[in-house]
Amino acid sequence: MSPSRDWSIEETAAHLRAGDVTAVSLAEEALARIAADDEQLGAWLHVDREHALTQAQAADDRLRAGDNITELTGVPLAIKDNFNVVGLPATAGSKILGDYVAPYESTATARLRRAGAVLVGKTNLDEFAMGSSGEYSGFRPTKNPWNLAYTPGGSSSGSAVAVAARHVPGALGTDTGGSIRLPASHCGVVGVKPSYGRVSRYGIFAFASSLDQVGPFARTVRDGALLLQHLAGHDERDATTVPLAVPNYLAACERGLDGLRIGMPREYFGPGIQPQVEEAVRRAIQVMKQNGAEVLDVSLPHTPYCVAAYYLIAPAECSSNLARYDGVRYGVRAAGDDLGAMYTATRRHGFGPEVTRRILLGAFALSAGYYDAYYLKALKARTLIRNDFLKVFNEVDVIAAPVAPEPAIRLGERLDDPLAMYLSDILTIGVNLAGICGLSTPCALSSEGLPIGLQLLGPAFGEEKMFAAAAGYEAMAGNEWPWPEVAR
Amino acid sequence: MSVTIEQVERIAHLAKLTFSQEEKEKFTAQFNQILEYVETLNTLDLSGVEPMHHVWEVTNVFREDVEQPSLSTDETLANAPNRKMDYFSVPKVIG
Repeated sequence: MSPSRDWSIEETAAHLRAGDVTAVSLAEEALARIAADDEQLGAWLHVDREHALTQAQAADDRLRAGDNITELTGVPLAIKDNFNVVGLPATAGSKILGDYVAPYESTATARLRRAGAVLVGKTNLDEFAMGSSGEYSGFRPTKNPWNLAYTPGGSSSGSAVAVAARHVPGALGTDTGGSIRLPASHCGVVGVKPSYGRVSRYGIFAFASSLDQVGPFARTVRDGALLLQHLAGHDERDATTVPLAVPNYLAACERGLDGLRIGMPREYFGPGIQPQVEEAVRRAIQVMKQNGAEVLDVSLPHTPYCVAAYYLIAPAECSSNLARYDGVRYGVRAAGDDLGAMYTATRRHGFGPEVTRRILLGAFALSAGYYDAYYLKALKARTLIRNDFLKVFNEVDVIAAPVAPEPAIRLGERLDDPLAMYLSDILTIGVNLAGICGLSTPCALSSEGLPIGLQLLGPAFGEEKMFAAAAGYEAMAGNEWPWPEVAR
Repeated sequence: MSVTIEQVERIAHLAKLTFSQEEKEKFTAQFNQILEYVETLNTLDLSGVEPMHHVWEVTNVFREDVEQPSLSTDETLANAPNRKMDYFSVPKVIG
């Protein structure tokens, strides 16, 4: 086995520049690893050999000519299948888009391509990014490479697994309520959810537009920072992106922990959190304290209302966004005698159970007579949840907490219990409701040998402090455990 | 409050969705479980709290009204389930 599979993005870039390897050989190796593993893992929905090798060849030309080389030139990456990459299928994990081929390019993937990255293919996800386990894919569930009987977390299940199984050193995901941080935590990789407005969503399939955000997966904090460096910035095609300068995130990774004020929100610890998760996160915070950080107890008193507010707001926006899937302009059309019957038949056959549940819930929350009782209350609760974070970030630089109440769950464990599934998002969705940034970075293995993540949150557009804390922790923790060998 | 199968049918109709009887019963039960949970919001004092519609104060952004490249007709229609000439074709609208 080539050593390249264990390289970080930075290491890969160094070897490419030194001429030890070529982008074509790296792409070939990634393709071979995917071919060997993926029948078991289900991480990929579409791998395009020819497309990958064409990009790799172009990257090699660039490297040879010394022309506009970046740290991503020639580096193979995975893209969640809810991004449009022109000429490739894009299904968002839904049968309703089973035959859709992207006619245009998302801004995020365009930026990665411009930097010379090699997009190897598209990864599996919960249908339309709705799910916390990866099991709601319309095609097949993704499995956790640390133990194939377990889920990898969702909704960016395939991207997290592609990085954890070392198919590729980095990937792209989306996070509406924890869909990057949760699978990152359960798969033992780094996952970054940037502030709302930091990265353009142009060209992704909208789920809940006031919450959706694009972000990277990687195996080191610095690689996560590096990918965000390329993704971040204003885009005239997404009016929610802010015209703020993008700071140097790699420089932020060098800041160290000295004097960093870290808040521990008491609502994110204690009852409901599995003791071994809480202990692992407390140990990680202790490491930061021993290396110069100041640790303070803080409170986010409206945390118990996050799940309720989120599961009204996100479904409401989803019911509106998914109205466009009607079988007229794209996607798989089912037969119907008249237009109305065709719409209904198309949506019945195209949407899976979780998407259907959320459309119904959202349509209900927005309907006459219930808007004030449900949706409006959720919007007001959202104000209180955001104010909690604003207040705490007056006192601290970064918040540290668990990512999920427990390590990964077994396949099938909660498939038919939507409320229990929703509650696994309790520690991640406040971040989306408030529009702030957060990341997950590995901090321990559970008694069953499954990864546990440490969540670090920064204020809106305060990614630098979050990266400083995460990179500082990573450097000091000395977490060394073998990457999973996927059973064959 | 709780919803009945009939209410679920009505909302499903509005959202252009349809179910078997068995699915309707299951969805209604799950729906009620979720609604019971979200009613925890009723324990909050929300008087005087402004609803949060957006994360940032956003205003509409206009660009200069100049022609820019866009997808060709063929590219736009490439994913059409049913194309006739340069149009999307659909079943009859009025029965």
